[in-house]
Amino acid sequence: MVVVPIVIMPLMSIGIGTLMIKVIGKAQEEIPKIMILGGENSPRALADLKAIKGVDVVPSTPDYRQQISDKKVRAAVDLPSDFDKSLDDGRVASVKIYDYAGDLNSGFAADKLEKSLRDYSDSTVKRRLESHNLPADFVKPFEVEKQNVAPPEKVSGAAIGGFLPYFVIILCVTGAMYPAIDLTAGEKERGTIETILCSPVSRTHLVLGKFLMVLTAALCTAILAIISMGVSFRVAKAWMASAIAAGKGGADNPFNFSIGLEAIAAVFFMVLPLAVFFSATLLAIALFAKSYKEAQSYLSPLIILVVLPAIAGILPGVELNARLAMIPVLSTSLVCKEIVSGTFHWNYIGLIFLSSCVYASAALFIAVKLFQREDVLFRT
Amino acid sequence: MIEAERLCKVFQDKKRGQVRAVSEVSFTCKPGQIYGLLGANGAGKTTTLRMLATILEPTDGTARIAGYDLLKDPEKVRANVGFLSTATALYGRLSAFEMVQYFARLHGLDDATIEKRINALFARLEMEDFRDRRCDKLSTGMKQKVSIARTLVHDPPVMIFDEPTSGLDVMAARTIVQFIRECRDHGKTVIFSTHIMSEVEKLCDHVGIIHDGRLLAEGTLADLRQRYGQQDLEDIFVQVVEPHLPKETVAS
Repeated sequence: MVVVPIVIMPLMSIGIGTLMIKVIGKAQEEIPKIMILGGENSPRALADLKAIKGVDVVPSTPDYRQQISDKKVRAAVDLPSDFDKSLDDGRVASVKIYDYAGDLNSGFAADKLEKSLRDYSDSTVKRRLESHNLPADFVKPFEVEKQNVAPPEKVSGAAIGGFLPYFVIILCVTGAMYPAIDLTAGEKERGTIETILCSPVSRTHLVLGKFLMVLTAALCTAILAIISMGVSFRVAKAWMASAIAAGKGGADNPFNFSIGLEAIAAVFFMVLPLAVFFSATLLAIALFAKSYKEAQSYLSPLIILVVLPAIAGILPGVELNARLAMIPVLSTSLVCKEIVSGTFHWNYIGLIFLSSCVYASAALFIAVKLFQREDVLFRT
Repeated sequence: MIEAERLCKVFQDKKRGQVRAVSEVSFTCKPGQIYGLLGANGAGKTTTLRMLATILEPTDGTARIAGYDLLKDPEKVRANVGFLSTATALYGRLSAFEMVQYFARLHGLDDATIEKRINALFARLEMEDFRDRRCDKLSTGMKQKVSIARTLVHDPPVMIFDEPTSGLDVMAARTIVQFIRECRDHGKTVIFSTHIMSEVEKLCDHVGIIHDGRLLAEGTLADLRQRYGQQDLEDIFVQVVEPHLPKETVAS
């Protein structure tokens, strides 16, 4: 509840950051081996390719596909024969670059080849235009530029907005699980349930006390983990930014997002009735079990029932509507995603909060009623 | 004072259907007396005592304990009862002191009273050595002492013990027996269950023989000896119970 989130979050974010810097840095520093295939009677094109900086041209072999698949050669470029002549005659030629899709080193090598060929193509176009006395920008009638106008929170909200409620929901339910088991089946196993039952405390107060403990555990787990995540992501973001500025670690900072404190507070507020619902439900189900193991076997499948709707909330394209607003967990996940990206549909927020409260009250009522039943408490 | 009136308990068992664990058990136990509930395993002793301690609810009948009705005021009954059984374990992570203190607080005692009572109890029961040791590190005898301290810390007028010397060695059992006697001498109402005849002979003013959920015989030791013409309690017990055993057991 305390140690795991605080240790895991920094490990994950800093670990991932370090790994990315190392792997990408290493790939970038490598001088890849490439093959030049074909290109008979095209000395100009061949010379241009052989002049690419940062590659090692190796003699071409017929088994180039195998060589690339085995990662002995990173990429190969295939020029059609008489390539120089095709260009001079104005005929369209087709150049192929063979690479290993998904392999980082191969990707970098292919990028280098592609860039070189694009430069060659550009210089060919420039020559052609000059030969016809046309300006260099003749083939570019207009420029197209994409510009993001959404504020940064909305952008990062759309990207990772679904993840925050997912994490909070999952953390609440996993934080609640073990205390719920320990306070019911665990007490049965250790024999302390009868001891506490012969104290003057009423059964209702006993079960409410246990419920509050489970709820506290659930919320503490979620809060501590979110704080830990926030701090470690902030640190990792700054660290990656400085690494990228120093030229290592690729071009994209994976930690480049920001979520406001208000959004986090709003998510917690919406998840609160859900946390009550989980705590009461887990307590009620664990009460049936005679032993720790039995309780675990009852509750573990339940985690899946919570994870699936929470994940569904992350999927892009799943939008909140009146029908989905009545499904617990999924509705909270979706409305939190919207809140994080700064969209407030107050009618949905109210509806979902109230319906969560209703489910939570029902679950708590059932837990209290079950605790009064001897056949549940003393199940043999 | 314990006044049990026709207590009944019926359990629903999935395989055996309805099981009458206790049938029409009535008896009275006055303050300053020790009532012994004698019976074999499965006779219904534990169920009866659990009903008196309000852990189980009677299916029929009721009881008045320290003037409070079981069914109407179960919390007041529990406030006036100290219950000890083999199933009332200790919280392993609390120390002996913390365990007794926790239950004293649950009974609403203030800190000054708790301190005084616990010191007196621990001194009387010779528990000073393991006062601050965690309960899961105590021996069986020590655990039983802690349980007894727990049942006594709120000074209840009624004590209910279910097989209090079960699993204890000779010395520990003697301490418990001596302690039960002291409770009686202090004017408490004491009821305990056992199947050890010698304990009954040493301690009990009244004896109730229970078999198959029914109270078959009741009275002081002298009464029972006269009624059944036997001196040894074991012989009396067998004589009372035998007619109610299944025929095959009698034949063997």
